[in-house]
Amino acid sequence: MSVRTAVISEIQQIAGHSRKDLAPLNDDLVLLDSGLDSLAIAILVARLEETLGFDPFTESDDVAYPVTLGDFIRFYEHAAETHRVDSRQAL
Amino acid sequence: MSTPPRPIASIRDRLCNAPAGPSRFLWGATGRVCLGELPGGTSLGERAAELAGKSVLVVTDDQLAAALALIELDGIARRLIVCTPDLSSAHLPAIVARADIDAIVSDRDRSADGVAVPLHVLCHGTSIPGTPGRQLRHPAAEARLPTEWVLLTSGTSGAAKMLVHNFATLTAAICTAPANRPTNSNAQGADVVWGTFYDIRRYGGLQIFFRAILGRGSFVIAGAGEPIGDYLVRLGTHGATHVSGTPSHWRRALMSPEARAIAPRYIRLSGEIADQGILNALKSFYPQASVAHAFASTEAGVGFEVDDGLEGFPARMVGAPGDVRIKVADGSLRIRSARNAVRYVGEDASTFTDDEGFVDTGDMVERRGDRYYFLGRRNGIINVGGLKVYPEEVEATINRHPAVRMSRVKSTRSSITGSLVVADVVLTRESDRSGACDEIVDFKREILQICHESLPPHKIPATIRFVPALEMAAAGKLARHA
Repeated sequence: MSVRTAVISEIQQIAGHSRKDLAPLNDDLVLLDSGLDSLAIAILVARLEETLGFDPFTESDDVAYPVTLGDFIRFYEHAAETHRVDSRQAL
Repeated sequence: MSTPPRPIASIRDRLCNAPAGPSRFLWGATGRVCLGELPGGTSLGERAAELAGKSVLVVTDDQLAAALALIELDGIARRLIVCTPDLSSAHLPAIVARADIDAIVSDRDRSADGVAVPLHVLCHGTSIPGTPGRQLRHPAAEARLPTEWVLLTSGTSGAAKMLVHNFATLTAAICTAPANRPTNSNAQGADVVWGTFYDIRRYGGLQIFFRAILGRGSFVIAGAGEPIGDYLVRLGTHGATHVSGTPSHWRRALMSPEARAIAPRYIRLSGEIADQGILNALKSFYPQASVAHAFASTEAGVGFEVDDGLEGFPARMVGAPGDVRIKVADGSLRIRSARNAVRYVGEDASTFTDDEGFVDTGDMVERRGDRYYFLGRRNGIINVGGLKVYPEEVEATINRHPAVRMSRVKSTRSSITGSLVVADVVLTRESDRSGACDEIVDFKREILQICHESLPPHKIPATIRFVPALEMAAAGKLARHA
């Protein structure tokens, strides 16, 4: 499962559970306008850590907070790339 | 010869004696009020005089309406009970009884709320000026009372704890700064414009309210349910210079496209652990601002402020002499100062201080090198974006599912809300044995369903994990770690 698919699927599940209506999910969508509030975004980050095995927000003290869904996905894709490099080096 | 009694300080006195300067405003979402005109006017209409000496519950939807009522009634009411915006009306009858409330001030008709109070007064987010020659019959000139301010914080199972403060305890952190050495947090400049993501009816927001009112500047107040982006734009429009909020508020602000609308000189974080990530993110996003994090709680008051850009606080602050004394005992932070709350409502004296007068904040700290770092709350209390969660309440909800034998609710670190609620669940032996994978997924969905039906969103577990057993402490209680 790609990072993008994982993010989109978790967003849909969280919205479904809390019966929130989601805006159409495209890269320019401002996360806070998506229908998810900051608590829901926190839950999204926690669930993604379960699925993907990492939380890019806690990997460094210098993070720029993502504004749009595109920023958010790129942030995760970049972290996934770093993780792949790290695990290759560990072998 | 006896010295004359010291006049009782009230907000009204301070506004009347404010130094002359440019007009100052409270900017609400839908209107503005000139602070200089408040002492001569009223937002409570002609019935304001009837509130003199009463124990008054201030429960409004609109923050500006609450601000005006509090300004007007301080020094006049015997007691002001400041209701937080999320307080469920189901809790009102208990609060009315415990705080001997005999009047309600609200911006809407509350007679249907089933609260038996003899006097209901409607308040507004506007102040009607007194007309010259026909002064409003206001009791301010005659009656002066050291009004008790009762603040509510959440307690176990939703019942509110009611803490008594007064003008002196609420403003001690503001007045002690030497006038000739103004610091950012006590800024007295006429060009200062305060803003806060907090609601002013919580301790953190109320501190900003007092800083704004007792200072020389203006204050931008958020509207009820105002989206953060809209508030940021208004802060920018009014040139906010000093802005406060919890780390979670600030993370949300930085995720908003309107974050660029403001350019504050001073950023204050409080109410949750400020980690290095949010301190760095703010410093890099607002390079012109000084970023400080303050420790404060409704019981202990404002403890201290840290402005060196680092998380935690310098170890030299512990035991240092000064207005605020700090000690660490059994791993938790203890604070004694004139800013401490006086007592709980209904008690004669403080029951939350030790025999040396220190308030145990319940915040666990650990020393590493020359700094102390916050670990979290004792007794497993979870702080989700500034809102307290008692794990027992969530566990009781989860345990209602017939397949659940026991559960433990704990905190997990969140980069967005500081902490999040997560649950470990042990199933009954029968459910566990027959536990097909599909059934486990169903259990998880059903447990979340029960939580969604009976708990507010911040108390619902973000993740649920099924485990074979839970660790128990010696006394047979669930082991809870800070």
